[in-house]
Amino acid sequence: MARAPVTDWASDWDHLDPAWVGNPYPIWQGLRDRCPVARTDRYRGVYFPTRYADIRKVAYDPDRFSSRRVVVREGEYRVNSPPITSDPPEHRPMRMVLIPPFTPQAVAKLEPQTRSVCNELIDRILVQEACDAAVDYAQHIPVRIIAHMLGIPAEHGDRFRAWITMALQEGVTNQAALKQAEQEISEYFAAQIAERRTRPGDDLVSFLIEARHPDGEAFTDRQVLGALRLLLIAGIDTTWSAIGSSLWHLATHPHDRERLVREPALIDTAIEEFLRAYAPVTMAREVVEDTELAGCPMKKGEMVMLSFPAANRDPDKFAHADAVKIDRAENPHVAFGLGIHRCIGSNLARMEMRIALAEWLKRIPDFSLDRTRPMTWSEGAVRGPRVLPIVMAAR
Amino acid sequence: MTSGITLRVDPDKCQGHARCSALAPELFQLDEFGNARERLGTCSEPDQIDKAYVARANCPEEAIIITEG
Repeated sequence: MARAPVTDWASDWDHLDPAWVGNPYPIWQGLRDRCPVARTDRYRGVYFPTRYADIRKVAYDPDRFSSRRVVVREGEYRVNSPPITSDPPEHRPMRMVLIPPFTPQAVAKLEPQTRSVCNELIDRILVQEACDAAVDYAQHIPVRIIAHMLGIPAEHGDRFRAWITMALQEGVTNQAALKQAEQEISEYFAAQIAERRTRPGDDLVSFLIEARHPDGEAFTDRQVLGALRLLLIAGIDTTWSAIGSSLWHLATHPHDRERLVREPALIDTAIEEFLRAYAPVTMAREVVEDTELAGCPMKKGEMVMLSFPAANRDPDKFAHADAVKIDRAENPHVAFGLGIHRCIGSNLARMEMRIALAEWLKRIPDFSLDRTRPMTWSEGAVRGPRVLPIVMAAR
Repeated sequence: MTSGITLRVDPDKCQGHARCSALAPELFQLDEFGNARERLGTCSEPDQIDKAYVARANCPEEAIIITEG
């Protein structure tokens, strides 16, 4: 069904509009210049702060801006996935439990496996006629790793990706798809929980069943299920998007690609810069009480977009914000959020990106975007290439 | 004569982005929850001082406090 065209980005924006999906950055800069907190009546009322300073204020103020709803979508349906959907004080216990398996020290142990997953995928790509860097490569890497961490079969990856598309993409406008995805994920993990209760393993499902609040109490099944749902959903299309956007950039910027091949030590600053310029994740908050932001009045019960991608493109915070500089030395970007909800998986995502790009560049150093075939960007809360046709140089 | 700096991570601001420990592992370490702490309270080596400023410039939470002298 065609959506009503946007009449004015400042008062009627729509993040599902094809212009926004294709290239949102000029739209956001236009808003920063003339109306830094935009608003739409769509989705029952949502504000869109575009400046770094205002986005920071929202992220740091859970008393005024609640995480009980973190995705802008049509309909009233709410999904409970603690700790991302929790506010203080409930937020902290589950977060503290989930953090240790995702520290840099912990995710470093997954590097060899990540490297072998990437190389298996590249082996297959190199014997194909045509390559799609999103479909054949990026989308598989985080699925394989999070499945390993959860102790669930990687062969179920297609099912996981279908749920994610239903929840985060179709689910923005189609409540039935969202409900179905949530129900199927819950049934899937309920079975996994039941199995681990009899046969515990060295995996995150077993770990969460055993986890305790600081006061010694176990988490309820509903909390464990919510956290597992979060790990599955948050751990897949986000990093898939980040790897895909990085490869899209390198496929369309030969100078950067050649430089990174020549100077592999730049990989760390390059990844931070790709995260800044193409930050995949936009969160949201619910306005708790009538308030204001940068002089813009906000009504209780409406939503605020928390666009980390827009914060990262604010020229008041980042010099030459729209230029991608793979050796940018000062880069305090907020791709993983700010404040108490900093992405738990940030260290895992960085490790996967670093290995995925390094292994690709070692074996496929010369490639470009195939402009004879269409490419597509996802729409909704997570932005990245979903179809990314690539031409590889003959070797 | 070298003038040194005092280096501190504000534990109330640090959210565990782990940028400082990646950029300057000799100056910052992470605890079991991935939050950063300074290894050295002060440093005077020019190379270390430069790294401390780089780490501060890359902290999204502005949690690194440097005092000169």
